[in-house]
Amino acid sequence: MEMFDALHLARLQFAFTVAVHIIFPAISIGLASFLAVLEWRWLANGNKVYQDMFFFWSRIFAIGFGMGVVSGVVMAYEFGTNWSGFSRYAGNITGPLLTYEVLTAFFLEAGFLGVMLFGWKRVSPRAHFFATVMVAVGTLISTFWILSSNSFMQTPQGYEIRDGRLIAADWWQVIFNPSFPYRLMHMTIAAFIVAAFIVAACGAWHLLKGRRDEPVKRSFSMGLWILLLLTPIQILVGDAHGLNTREHQPAKIAAIEGLWETEKGGTALNLFGIPDMQAEETKYAIQVPHLGSLILTHSWDGEIRGLKEFPKEDRPNSLIVFWSFRIMAGLGMLMLLVAVLGVLLRRGGRLYESRAFQRFVLLMGPSGLVALLAGWVTTEVGRQPWTVYGLLRTADSASPIGSQQAGVSLLILVVAYVLVFGVGVYYMLKLMAQGPQPHVEHHDPAARPSLSNRDPFQSFH
Amino acid sequence: MHIDLPIVWAAIIGLGVFLYVVLDGFDLGIGLLFPFFENKEERQVMLNTVAPVWDGNETFLVLGGAGLYGAFPIAYSVLLPANYLPLILMVVGLLFRGAAFELRSKARRTQHAWDLAFTGGSALAAFCQGVVLGSLLQGTRVVDGRFAGGPFDWLSSFSIFCGLGVLVTYATLGCGWLIYKTDGELQRRMRVLMRPLAILLLVMVSVVSVWTVLGLPAVAQRWFGSGLLGWFLPVPVLVAACVAGIFRSVRQRHEVRPFLLTLALCFLGYTGLIISIWPYIVPPSLSLWEASSSPESQKFALVGTLIVLPVILAYNVMQYRVFRGKVRHGDAGYH
Repeated sequence: MEMFDALHLARLQFAFTVAVHIIFPAISIGLASFLAVLEWRWLANGNKVYQDMFFFWSRIFAIGFGMGVVSGVVMAYEFGTNWSGFSRYAGNITGPLLTYEVLTAFFLEAGFLGVMLFGWKRVSPRAHFFATVMVAVGTLISTFWILSSNSFMQTPQGYEIRDGRLIAADWWQVIFNPSFPYRLMHMTIAAFIVAAFIVAACGAWHLLKGRRDEPVKRSFSMGLWILLLLTPIQILVGDAHGLNTREHQPAKIAAIEGLWETEKGGTALNLFGIPDMQAEETKYAIQVPHLGSLILTHSWDGEIRGLKEFPKEDRPNSLIVFWSFRIMAGLGMLMLLVAVLGVLLRRGGRLYESRAFQRFVLLMGPSGLVALLAGWVTTEVGRQPWTVYGLLRTADSASPIGSQQAGVSLLILVVAYVLVFGVGVYYMLKLMAQGPQPHVEHHDPAARPSLSNRDPFQSFH
Repeated sequence: MHIDLPIVWAAIIGLGVFLYVVLDGFDLGIGLLFPFFENKEERQVMLNTVAPVWDGNETFLVLGGAGLYGAFPIAYSVLLPANYLPLILMVVGLLFRGAAFELRSKARRTQHAWDLAFTGGSALAAFCQGVVLGSLLQGTRVVDGRFAGGPFDWLSSFSIFCGLGVLVTYATLGCGWLIYKTDGELQRRMRVLMRPLAILLLVMVSVVSVWTVLGLPAVAQRWFGSGLLGWFLPVPVLVAACVAGIFRSVRQRHEVRPFLLTLALCFLGYTGLIISIWPYIVPPSLSLWEASSSPESQKFALVGTLIVLPVILAYNVMQYRVFRGKVRHGDAGYH
């Protein structure tokens, strides 16, 4: 059965492990920077509220980070166990990029995380702040390298082919390949939005429960400010990313739009439809004339190439990316609505009082993650059937392993992931449901800020 | 000046793997020692001795994987499929171990289950690492630069024994580390444990050495045919001296010395392994040079490594300094 051959099982395994993995780094990237801001505000003006918020969010961050580390180790080995064809073909290029990620980011994060979480009594507040900033910088450097590597696979340049393997001809061109700047911006902002929604939704939950203390109000408020700043920027960056994709991966755009023919004189936008790969048409399409051209070429009658221009074996699955893209973009619009409503209520002085709005924010809590995953599905399924776009097919990337091995390992990983990450997410939610606690000061007034409320035996009293 | 890049990279990866083995070795060892200590507070203290550093320690494994991928992609693309199941099980073990670090202290009713996950995960990861090591030593079937063996080629009585050997090694490292980081009753019980562990480790090292020489002619050839045998002869003597030193230092209640001597033992064993493999990266077919990535790649990654690696080592040392000293119950614990 074709669905269950080694290649499809390996793809399923990779999609599953990377989808679970991506959730946690996204949370850590956003929260790490948020924590650095909180600690900075606290050091700058000595306001205890920021301290309480820092302790609270750092505990949630710690779980998210730990989950990211353990799921990331799996990824580092999967390239070899399941995708040795890919790693031998492209290892000359993606290998060093991954090495750089480990050297410049993973060690930085891991090296300072201990001080950030456990070092309160052992280093000065300034040194502690430095450690927090280093962790945040580490998460961003990590984003830089892994997206450079991913973007190279999407829009390769700066390479030559020697003995049937990729060789870097110009590292600058490899790293700063055409889709990299857009993808990096889009992903980083997405991670910030993920964290902002989590923070705001946690605030909303406690506001709905009747709490009105400063840490709760400020979590809600800060989350919404960040969203007001970032959602419009994200929409603009996404638009620019789309133009870039149309230029470099036209088949992906055609699949996203469910567009089969190259139309002259302006292309309509399919708002709704069910692309059918066999029949080569998009059924039940609801269209807005010229809107496709307007969005993707920024002109009234710009030309967009349809899927029929590409050989059948080179077409990505339109049904999947058509809908994953619409989920992402639709959520993006709702996010903007949240941010705008937030500012309106703020001006009316009803930000902490409107229960309807708080319910809306709570409901939108996971929207950052859902949109991120939908966007990831769009870009990754959209580049099929290639792993290195135009150069190496997914079918040629797999390891020489049998379907039994691939199946057994998939089963083991699914069971382990459900156990480990299910419990991890459960505790993150449980901590969030507790909410920020006022910091208990030590009896010794000269003592440095301490983590006494982080003692494991007091955590759940 | 001509630099032999593959050798430089082999040295860097070799250093990374060694640091991983000893650093995460004592983390994993603590998991292995958990069953000997029933008491909840004692277990928490044991965990707290490594809580701030385990993450950095595990990163050396990722460095090993990424470095191998970057500098020797052919070896990476052969060795990983060849050791598919033990590697998948290893990462699953590390998954449970790492999660237990984060989640154990959050749990109350299920704390026991997480203790089990911590021990089980540590044991599985350690055992699988040993199996992969054994499988590397006994050789991998390669045709045309690609893995050409079956799904269970790694499985043999030798590789299983190597798995047990690594379990004992890590438990000894963990025990030495805890003698150093704890005091009072807990430290006393660690001292008691240290002696049988050291003896067991000596037995394991001896058996693996003899087995390697007798059972794997290719390895024996590298030992006895190289003309350097004279240099290797003191190794068994040094191993015996280390074990004797561990006994002495435990009796005299030295705090750091048992751990340092265990490190020395690991170093001796590790050098032995390198001699057994050299100059192959995938014995018996692929040498370092045959498995290398292009010089462009090795050079590019080397520049960054030479700049960044010393900085990394510096702040890792700094982190150990920040968290130096004894760990006691009730200290700022795991969140």
